Amino acid sequence: MDLMEYQAKELFARHGVPVTLGRVIEDPAEAAEAAAELGGRVVVKAQVKTGGRGKAGGVKLAATPEDAVAKAGEILGMDIKGHTVHRVLLAPAADIADEYYFSFVIDRANREYLCIASTEGGVEIEVVAHTNPAAIAKVSIDPAVGVDDAKAAEIVAAAGFPVGAQDVVRKLWDVFVAEDASLVEVNPLVKLGDGSLEALDGKVTLDDNAAYRHADHAVFEDHASADPLEAAALEKGLNYVKLDGSVGIIGNGAGLVMSTLDVVAYAGSRYGVKPANFLDIGGGASAEVMANGLGIILSDRQVRSVFVNVFGGITACDAVSNGIMQALELLGDQADKPLVVRLDGNNVEEGRKILAQANHPLVTVVETMDGAAARAAELAAGKGR
Amino acid sequence: MAIFLTEKSRVVVQGMTGSEGQKHTSRMLAAGTDIVGGVTPGKGGLSIDFAKRSIPVYGSCADAVKATDADASVVFVPPRFTKGAVIEAVDAGVPLVVVITEGVPVQDTAAFFAHARAHGTRVIGPNCPGIISPGRANAGIIPADIAGPGRIGLVSKSGTLTYQMMYELRDFGFSTAIGIGGDPIIGTTHIDALQAFQDDPDTDAIVMIGEIGGDAEERAAAFIKENVTKPVVGYVAGFTAPEGKTMGHAGAIVSGSSGTAAAKQEALEAAGVRVGKTPTETADLMRSVLVAV
Repeated sequence: MDLMEYQAKELFARHGVPVTLGRVIEDPAEAAEAAAELGGRVVVKAQVKTGGRGKAGGVKLAATPEDAVAKAGEILGMDIKGHTVHRVLLAPAADIADEYYFSFVIDRANREYLCIASTEGGVEIEVVAHTNPAAIAKVSIDPAVGVDDAKAAEIVAAAGFPVGAQDVVRKLWDVFVAEDASLVEVNPLVKLGDGSLEALDGKVTLDDNAAYRHADHAVFEDHASADPLEAAALEKGLNYVKLDGSVGIIGNGAGLVMSTLDVVAYAGSRYGVKPANFLDIGGGASAEVMANGLGIILSDRQVRSVFVNVFGGITACDAVSNGIMQALELLGDQADKPLVVRLDGNNVEEGRKILAQANHPLVTVVETMDGAAARAAELAAGKGR
Repeated sequence: MAIFLTEKSRVVVQGMTGSEGQKHTSRMLAAGTDIVGGVTPGKGGLSIDFAKRSIPVYGSCADAVKATDADASVVFVPPRFTKGAVIEAVDAGVPLVVVITEGVPVQDTAAFFAHARAHGTRVIGPNCPGIISPGRANAGIIPADIAGPGRIGLVSKSGTLTYQMMYELRDFGFSTAIGIGGDPIIGTTHIDALQAFQDDPDTDAIVMIGEIGGDAEERAAAFIKENVTKPVVGYVAGFTAPEGKTMGHAGAIVSGSSGTAAAKQEALEAAGVRVGKTPTETADLMRSVLVAV
């Protein structure tokens, strides 16, 4: 789960990282009082889970409380890379002497952690990596040791941060470990006029796999910004991602479903037809899970056809076929779009036989994945019915 | 031969007394795997009856290794106990640990992998279907009846795509098929498997399946260019994945311009790897390669 800036700062504060929490508002009318409380001159910042807010006009300086109302009004409701701004953070304008970049990330290649730090902060680190790579320090961290005093000193020296920055480095590491983060990024980490450091921004990604040991993280879930279909799928425990197309996809296994999306996009390119979603129903593929999945997909108004692509590994194809038929029965009139089904693997003959005997008017069985994708794309394009 | 897992492997199952552990132990036995014991804390001394054999349960990996000389472990324990289970296997001196469990916190994986690396233990996974050397042994959940023995090596981040590709090429068969998992940190990488297949006299050609996220495929491409002389055919899933959305696997996410399928395909093709547009087309590419071999 990606956190918004104000949520990241709440976690930072818990671990003693210097931050100014400011005020989060959802209504421009609240901005005047909040700005006045914060000293009048404030920065109004869109709270969205994506980068490049500044460039998109989602961060604005307001000179007075009245101005804060105007700026909050401009930013709230704005669309930044597909994310609607529902909340803004008001923070007092800081007296900035220097801007640094700092992050802890997972180093996939070396199977350990990496600290990336630079005195060239406040801009995208990818840009610095191109223009001035020498200004970026990368320090590897052994998961068995973590960031101790020696490692913190090594990071500070490598980055060229001021003496005394070790303390902030250690506290950011506490955030990374104690909160089970897979990313902690501060850009900018600023040196204020008085020489002290402050995290002026924060980006944290929490590891969903570790959610079981962090009940307190549930408050960070952002139901307002979630796609309604994704929210409904999550409630039913389905692994669903909404996309912008017309062929609904159901499959088993993340890799096979990703591949199914690609094969449909490939087959549909000549009609301008694209996949409508990612939905992995996992190994079991019971009638109930199938019905839940089909239910979500058929409530997507964009969907014109559905492709069910299952490889029976441990799951037997006859069970999958029974699941499809029971799901169609459970859904009744709600099932009103053609289904193309491709089954392979364990008990495939029995599986296909069940579907053939049922002879459901909405169901077409195609034997190959590529052929079934082509058929589903044709149906979505309104061809060949 | 085959890589990492052979008919000589003596396998213990951590979590064998659980429902998944029991179900898959029975399948692994049926596939000819020499399962020598199970490990469940507190249940040492029990034994579990399977179709043809009764398998003893030990209270710890150390006890299991002492009694059986096991040299491989398959881990089926729940996520919250996985880190402890792997560390226990490493400390017992098991040289190969296959972690099937899905949903392990990445910091737990980082910790047990660091421990395993320091002790010279190979970890496969987590969140993977395991490894099968058809006709010899099966450590994990890959259905043994999809394809028989042959001379193709397969390495894949995805379980179901492993099955799909084995099915597509079942007429040729496999020396070893290994599912390395789609988590951000995994114990055995594409490169490790490519190196082992390159060195394996029983492998003639290699299929490599990747997916979005990270740069493992790009690094594998660079490795292939320098070190692999056997033909390699590739497939990459996730061309249509949107930026910033996790596609099922914890590691399958495009962030900005990094981790895209297009970049991976480009890197592989630049290294001389032929990349299929669909799993079926990839299998066809492999067919043409094998006919040439």
